[in-house]
Order: sequence, then C-alpha cells, then structure tokens
Amino acid sequence: MEQTKADTHDWTAVLVRIRDDRDETAFVELFRHFAPRLKAFLMRSGGDPALAEECAQEVMATVWQKSAQFDPARASVATWIFTIARNRRIDALRKQKRPEPEDLPWGPEAEPDQEDQLGLQQDTETLTEAMAALPSKQRDLIEKAYFGDLTHNEIADLTGLPLGTIKSRIRLALQRLRHAMDRK
Amino acid sequence: MTTITHHLTDDLILGYSAGTLPEAVNLIIATHISLCDECRAAIEAQDAVGGAVLDTIGEMPVSDAFLDGALSMIRGGDFAPSPRPIKIAQDAVAPAPLRDYIGGTLDDVKWRPIGMGVKQAILPTSREATARLLFIPAGTAMPDHGHRGLELTLVLQGAFQDDEGCFRRGDIEIADEDLHHTPVADISEDCICLAVTDAPLRLKGLARLAQPFLRI
Ligand SMILES: [Zn+2]
Repeated sequence: MEQTKADTHDWTAVLVRIRDDRDETAFVELFRHFAPRLKAFLMRSGGDPALAEECAQEVMATVWQKSAQFDPARASVATWIFTIARNRRIDALRKQKRPEPEDLPWGPEAEPDQEDQLGLQQDTETLTEAMAALPSKQRDLIEKAYFGDLTHNEIADLTGLPLGTIKSRIRLALQRLRHAMDRK
Repeated sequence: MTTITHHLTDDLILGYSAGTLPEAVNLIIATHISLCDECRAAIEAQDAVGGAVLDTIGEMPVSDAFLDGALSMIRGGDFAPSPRPIKIAQDAVAPAPLRDYIGGTLDDVKWRPIGMGVKQAILPTSREATARLLFIPAGTAMPDHGHRGLELTLVLQGAFQDDEGCFRRGDIEIADEDLHHTPVADISEDCICLAVTDAPLRLKGLARLAQPFLRI
C-alpha cells in the first residue's frame, strides 16, 4: 500500500454542493476519493476487507445524511469524515455506542465566518506538512494511535511528541469555536 | 458558563479522538466537553490529526459495486439528509450525552442509597469501565479511598474539595493509582458527580465490607 500525498483539491466546495444542493455528482466525486482511503483506514484498524468495504460505503452514505452538520469553519472534509469513520469503527469492531458532546447552540441561518474558514484551511495545510516532515518512526506512532494498536509504553512516548503545532492550533480552534457559538 | 479550572489530560484527548477508550470514559469526556469550550477545541484540533492520517493513509481499491450501493442507500429512506441541528438550551444540569445514558433528565435517575446519605446510579456502558452518578449530600465526606486504576470525577452540581483542590461544575478530577483521597462535598449545595473507574476502588477500613454490595 503506497502512502498518498494529501491533495489540495477543494473538497469543502464538493461537500457544500452535497449539503446545499444534494448534488449526486459531487457525492460520486467524494466517494471516489475517500472510499479507498476509508477502506485502507478501516483495514489498518483491524477490519477484514469485506467489512472495511461495507463500512466505507456506510460512512459515505452517512456523510450524505449528515452533511447539514458539516461546518467548514471548524473541520476540514477529511477531518469530518474521519470522525464519522471512527464512530462507525467503534460501532462495528467494538459493538459500542460513541457518546458525542452536546451540539453547539446553532441557528439554521448561521453561516460560517469566511476568515475562520480560511484560517482552518491554512491550519490543515500546516498540520499535514508538519506530519509529513516528522521522522517516520514518530509518524508511525501517531498512525498507530489512530488505528488503536499502541502499547502502553508507546502511548508514553507519544505524549512528548514534538507536534507543537497542535498546541498553538488549539488556541485558534477555540477562537473559531467561540465565533461559531456567537453566530446563533 | 462558570470558569472550569480542571481539564482533560493530553492522553485522554488523544484517546477520545482516536476512539480507543472504553465507552464509560468516552461518556465522561463527552459530558465534560459539552461544558468546556477549551477541551472541545482541543479535541477538534486533535481530530484534525485523525483527518491528516486518513488523508495520507493510502488507498485500497473499492469496486464500483460499492459506489452503486452507496448511491441506492442515499436515494432510499434510511440515509435521507437530516436537517441542520437547531438551537438547544444548554442550561440543563445533565448535558445531552449524559441524558442519553440516563434516558431522561437527572429527575429520572433511579438512585440507590449506599450509606451516609450518599446515593448512586450505575449507567449502562460496556464493562471495560464503569460510569456512575453519585449524589453526595452537602458537607458529606466520601470514604477515604485509593485506586487500582483510573478514576475520573466530573462535577455536575455543587462542588467538592480534596487535597487536589476545589472542583466545581464542569471540573474533572483525574486520579490515578498514586492518589489517595477523601473528597468532601461543599456545604452550600448537594453535590452530583459523574464518576468513571476502570478498576474497583480500594476502600479503607469498614467501608471495604460493603464494597461488593456497592459495586464500586
Ligand atoms: Zn476542559
């Protein structure tokens, strides 16, 4: 399996077409890009190929179903799809519910702040670059954390990880979150 | 919203984002971040790492049959688009994820007395860890106890105090094997907490006799 580069295609615009216009062509585009990644992700998490395909399909259908909840000022498309896949994985492999936080108070008329949306995009790019620049050993650890196969000692190693960008990003994420809560 | 001073640790944030924690631990984290913007933002930032992992993991071929399947799913009724979430009041003592597990509000909790006026209710989660609601009358001390594993305590109403400090609504105390403590509920109001343990508590003295009955 080859490592793929994160591409700069504007997936936000594609997902917004699904959200606002129920555009099936946009859905096909999104499926062709993300379903193979979801399958790879779910297989690395311990699913067999058949289960991984089935889950990938369901995750994509859920993306369609929940597109109204997508807020481009708070998550990139990859991040948002990741959270759906993670919850599906907990359900499929561990047979558990996933408690999610209470929704933010959020009116139907609210439109995300342009600046926040841009900021998030830049953030995502910086993060992807920072991840790509990590020594492969550390990258490996992070991936393993997300596939749920870190040992106890490895988790300790991870805590000191020089992903300093995360800390500064939390501050920015908080700003955007508070903006989102103001637009009610 | 009151000021929260006791927050999640980095490894809990990572574990919640990665989806590797027991259900009961996820529940207390989801409840904390329903009350705490700071930790919600930290989780969202950590989720972005998960997004980057998904983005760069590689690809496994998915046949067009699955695309066709997905298309008929979204055209069918089961995956019909759900409307945008509407504004909801956030002033309930128990935030939404907790209400899901109670099956109602705090008024619907089926409390069981466990002595000294303290009451508890165990919530239905997977067995790897236990989630319970605790009702501690104002001014009451909980039995002195240590831990074999992790104990997380989130205050929903009132406050309690121990050697680590004062914990008010929204604050979460993270106690591990090193901490031996005697939490005391604040005198001004009855204290209601959500507590999660991943191993039985170690009680001192007489309280130990009652342990099997308390399921703690
Ligand atoms: Zn917090």
